[in-house]
Amino acid sequence: MSIKAKDLLSIDDISTEEIAVIMQNAKSMKQILQRDIKKVPTLRGKSVINLFYENSTRTRTSFELAGKYMGADVVNISAGTSSVKKGESMRDTARTIDHMSADVIIMRHHESGAHKILAESVNARVINAGDGKHEHPTQALLDAFTVLEHKETVEGLKIAIIGDILHSRVARSDVLIFNKLGADVWFCAPPTLMPSKASELGATITYSLEEALQDADIVITLRLQLERQDSGFFPSIREYTNFYGLNTKNIKWARPDCLILHPGPMNRGIEISYEAAELPNAVINEQVNNGVAIRMALLYIMGGGRSGDTV
Amino acid sequence: MILFKNARVIDPVTQTDQILDIRTENHSIIETGTDLEAQNSNTIVDLTGKILTTGFIDLHVHLREPGEEYKEDVESGSKAASSGGFTGLCPMPNTKPVCDNDTLAEMLVIKGQRVGLVDIYPVGAITKNQEGKELAEFGMMKRVGARALSDDGKDVTNTLVMRRALDYAKAFHMPIFAHCEDKYLAGSGAMNEGYYSSKLGLSGIPREAENIMIGRNIMLAGLTNGHMHISHLSTKNGLELIRQAKKDGIKVSCEVAPHHFMLTDSCIENYDTNYKVNPPLRTQEDVKALIMGLADGTVDAIATDHAPHDTEDKDTDFSNAAFGISGLETVVALTLDGLYHQGKISMMRFAELLSSGPRSVLGLAPQSIEPGQKADFTIIDPELIKVVDKNRFYSKGKNSPFHGMSLKGWPYMTVKDGKIVMKEGVILE
Repeated sequence: MSIKAKDLLSIDDISTEEIAVIMQNAKSMKQILQRDIKKVPTLRGKSVINLFYENSTRTRTSFELAGKYMGADVVNISAGTSSVKKGESMRDTARTIDHMSADVIIMRHHESGAHKILAESVNARVINAGDGKHEHPTQALLDAFTVLEHKETVEGLKIAIIGDILHSRVARSDVLIFNKLGADVWFCAPPTLMPSKASELGATITYSLEEALQDADIVITLRLQLERQDSGFFPSIREYTNFYGLNTKNIKWARPDCLILHPGPMNRGIEISYEAAELPNAVINEQVNNGVAIRMALLYIMGGGRSGDTV
Repeated sequence: MILFKNARVIDPVTQTDQILDIRTENHSIIETGTDLEAQNSNTIVDLTGKILTTGFIDLHVHLREPGEEYKEDVESGSKAASSGGFTGLCPMPNTKPVCDNDTLAEMLVIKGQRVGLVDIYPVGAITKNQEGKELAEFGMMKRVGARALSDDGKDVTNTLVMRRALDYAKAFHMPIFAHCEDKYLAGSGAMNEGYYSSKLGLSGIPREAENIMIGRNIMLAGLTNGHMHISHLSTKNGLELIRQAKKDGIKVSCEVAPHHFMLTDSCIENYDTNYKVNPPLRTQEDVKALIMGLADGTVDAIATDHAPHDTEDKDTDFSNAAFGISGLETVVALTLDGLYHQGKISMMRFAELLSSGPRSVLGLAPQSIEPGQKADFTIIDPELIKVVDKNRFYSKGKNSPFHGMSLKGWPYMTVKDGKIVMKEGVILE
């Protein structure tokens, strides 16, 4: 009961069976989260480094708490306050951390593929907490976990991912995991926010929200980075919201039991209306809770939790 | 109810060329056939010797409203169009202010409906205020009836912005109408660069200024799979680029203005500013090639680039005069006289270039002469010979180089929504 690959940089690094194991473990972890005393000694004596080259509150906190709940020593390094700022190369930073005997390094970086350099430079296991526009595998795992809490299986579900696909690492990890699990994945965005060969990534492409939402079982709306307008990708927030914003009217095109997910933080009133985010089928807060459970499970599996251990 | 008798129906959609009677009721055709019986309430219109086609659409006009109503407005432009045989118009957005938003686009549609002579399909700006920087709200404009996008009057210089525009327009199934002109190469030119500009001492605009941007815009259409429509094509090389692109499966279409297949830069010899137009009148070689393209199907539409100006803008030296020709009221006669009667194109092709061709560029549903279809007709008298008289134009723009020219074949009647709105050139009030 482990993950074969040393590092989790992409959803492609794990098999369907391994995904099932992670899910199984996350279920147990979720129970720990519901306890009054949320602390187990499983990772006592292990060290986890949060190496963040890009600002993040949610993901970093989620990993930090996951490590702490499991009893590990967690250290946060943010690029702004470390020697990274003084011009140290990533490879040197990585080796330094490695020589401090870190067991797991969680990294977020603003450049796609940066994790490859880190992973090949360290003995510690590396978990990708987001690299540029490439992947965010733990988000995909928690998305799948959240879906599986509500649906018996992912197989055959229509999953519509809506928003800035071009810049989204969430979309690129989600399409991989949901395809592995047998779903029918759709990407919906204005054409300027769609990668040019998106259809070859395993999703059905549409520029029409109506088409994407039609009979959808799951809707994942992505955060719109507001600075994309200044970069000329779309004319205005008004137009974006009019044609790609999820609201209580257009969600009716989807199935009545359609779940609404959002990786957060939300721009309410832009990619999702205030009311839509509060619908009973919106599971956005559950995603946050599940995020901690998934990360606990991963740290457990990758941080040296021995096979057969119970938590 | 109106019963149109004995019309030669030319319908490019169904490829019909047949003498037929057509009965209309309210806005629609209810019956077609031979020897239809007159019923009590029928008005009978005998169209023996006349040609009836689906209503013409002009893809490229300047209505000057808002901002320059002294040159033209929706009402005068609609009248000019109806008199010229049109039932639909695409006004360009280079007004003051620029039509780069849904409020202005909707205003044009509503004003058009109020005048009631032609459908207005606004062309929205590609970029806000036509500055070539930020995309305008294509989707919001489409919602109120805009069908295409253009920064007409200039090209989008920034290639990335043009790429984004082509990409973004795909979401709303709108073509980009490109005014192809490298502004740096064109400089302050006033006419085609060649023998005549050399002789007359006027600054020239080389054909390459147009061709380079046609090439760029075609490549961007290939990259994005967006729909690129080349406005007012004037050069042989440009036509060849488009012909090749079409062969390659790129979504490109184009239009040609009547002055570009009727006139050459040699006309400018007496410095008559009515011949000043952009793109400029080219050479005999270009004219020959364009006519070939009009005949063989490379060209999708004839569009006027109707550019009305007041006297003041034209009554000056050639270099300082405004570009543009008032074209709505002469295009049908020029095409019939210059192409059809010369044996260059068939009557079917003529109808295609002015009705089904433009409709298809705009992505409008095909309209045919069949029961259930809208009763928007352009009726032609192909044999009528008449002299162009700019003083009888409904357009405020009297800037026509064709004034005084005798032409054979004229619009006879325009029927809009089942109502005869124009007869023998005169708008019926």
